[in-house]
Amino acid sequence: MIDWKKILVPVAAVVILLLLWELLVWAMGWPDYKMASPSDLWPAFLRYQHLFWQYGWQTLWRTVVGLGVAVVFGTLLGMVMGLSKTMNDALYPLLVGFNAIPKATVVPVIALMFVGQHDFNTILMAFMISFFPIAVSVAIGLSTLEPEYRDILRSLGASRMTVFWKIALPKTLPEFFGALKVAVTLAFIGTNLVEIITPHGRGLGHLFQSAQTNSDFPLMFAVLIALAALGIMLYYAIVALERIFAGWAVRPGH
Amino acid sequence: MDNLIDIKGVTHAYKTKAGPFPVLRDLNISIPQHSFCAVVGPSGCGKSTLTRLIAGLMFPDQGEVWLHGELVKSPRKTVGMAFQNPVLLEWRTILQNVILPLEIVAPMMPKAQKEARARELLAMVGLEGFENKRPSELSGGMRQRASLCRALVHKPDIIILDEPFGALDAFTREDLWQTMHQLRAKEPFTALLITHDLRESVYLGDQVVVLSGRPATTQYVMRVDIPGPRPLEMLYEPDTVERLAVLRREIQIAQGRAVA
Repeated sequence: MIDWKKILVPVAAVVILLLLWELLVWAMGWPDYKMASPSDLWPAFLRYQHLFWQYGWQTLWRTVVGLGVAVVFGTLLGMVMGLSKTMNDALYPLLVGFNAIPKATVVPVIALMFVGQHDFNTILMAFMISFFPIAVSVAIGLSTLEPEYRDILRSLGASRMTVFWKIALPKTLPEFFGALKVAVTLAFIGTNLVEIITPHGRGLGHLFQSAQTNSDFPLMFAVLIALAALGIMLYYAIVALERIFAGWAVRPGH
Repeated sequence: MDNLIDIKGVTHAYKTKAGPFPVLRDLNISIPQHSFCAVVGPSGCGKSTLTRLIAGLMFPDQGEVWLHGELVKSPRKTVGMAFQNPVLLEWRTILQNVILPLEIVAPMMPKAQKEARARELLAMVGLEGFENKRPSELSGGMRQRASLCRALVHKPDIIILDEPFGALDAFTREDLWQTMHQLRAKEPFTALLITHDLRESVYLGDQVVVLSGRPATTQYVMRVDIPGPRPLEMLYEPDTVERLAVLRREIQIAQGRAVA
């Protein structure tokens, strides 16, 4: 059964926001180079529709691949840090330091290191920017496991691996998905950072860049909205996965 | 050997930066098969350390823990544990939670057989019809019942109960005490119960062991030779009141608030 209220409420919110935006631009009398209005966006989108689909797909798949690598690497790193106190002490400052580096400054570095490898560079950046929350959440989830959970299985002679698979890993899933929701938007930022900064003619970031060069302001705004739409799509894909794998964490009535 | 569990002269200290921190000193406890031993003592006197020693999760600095005529040197499959926190797995149904130990101890047992065993126990504690519920859908007392079933499902030699009724309200607690007696009547087991509640220790225990303050040693052992299942009215009989007075005095001595 489809719960129409659950769909209608957010859609209504979007419509109201667009109306207010339109109204604001109209009332202030802003020209479209200052602030495009929603009614300018649709024609801009229609004019370059084929580019939106083509570039949108490029941005999407590179983000998803980067995020996938981040999930694998972040989970492994989180496991190492969560299960070993020494590794946690050793890696935490490095990880925080790495995360604090503004990723925009890293773009030229990787662009020079892997010249011409545009897909690889973009995926690498999406990965680098998004694995941190995943690693941290898995590490915290594993290290804060109450000892009683371990003891019920350890007292039966279960191995550390068994305790991990049967208890620690599933128990960490809600935290993991929480982090994944943060990571998905970060991966998106990473992809666009590379697409905007390094000119190699791919992705929605590139479309934004060329719109800027041509002072096509409605197109710039249309790209931003398309990015937002892609972000929402990916986010809800994660929510769907969460329902399947960690649905038990959602209490009835919430 | 008559005793299922023999704790002989166990001494243990935790290593801390400030030097060794002694928790147990020359502790002796013997529990015959199918008997119920309640252990009481001042808080922080090392009772939980005792449970981990029996479960084989830790080893004493000195002394020996014997289980079924064998020296405990590692965790074994013949122990069941239940704690104050029922630690049920939220992503499993009640039935699947109860089955968990069987997955470790008897991985080859057919699934239907595992489930039948779990259903049998759940019915015994009054959780029939709740097999497919999640732990979050149950009350605290019901969760603790499920946790007891999980401790018993693989028919362990001994179940170790670390204050399993401590967080429950008074009425639920009395209900669960009676459930313990009913379970023992249907399926005899050996148990060691850690508790802070003297009434609970007298109502459930065949013997009550009073531990001294830290480092804990066996200070006093009281036999309660009343066959089970015991009626709740037992708690209000003069005999019990007298036992409680004795135990209360022993606890005060253990706390250093009275002289022997």
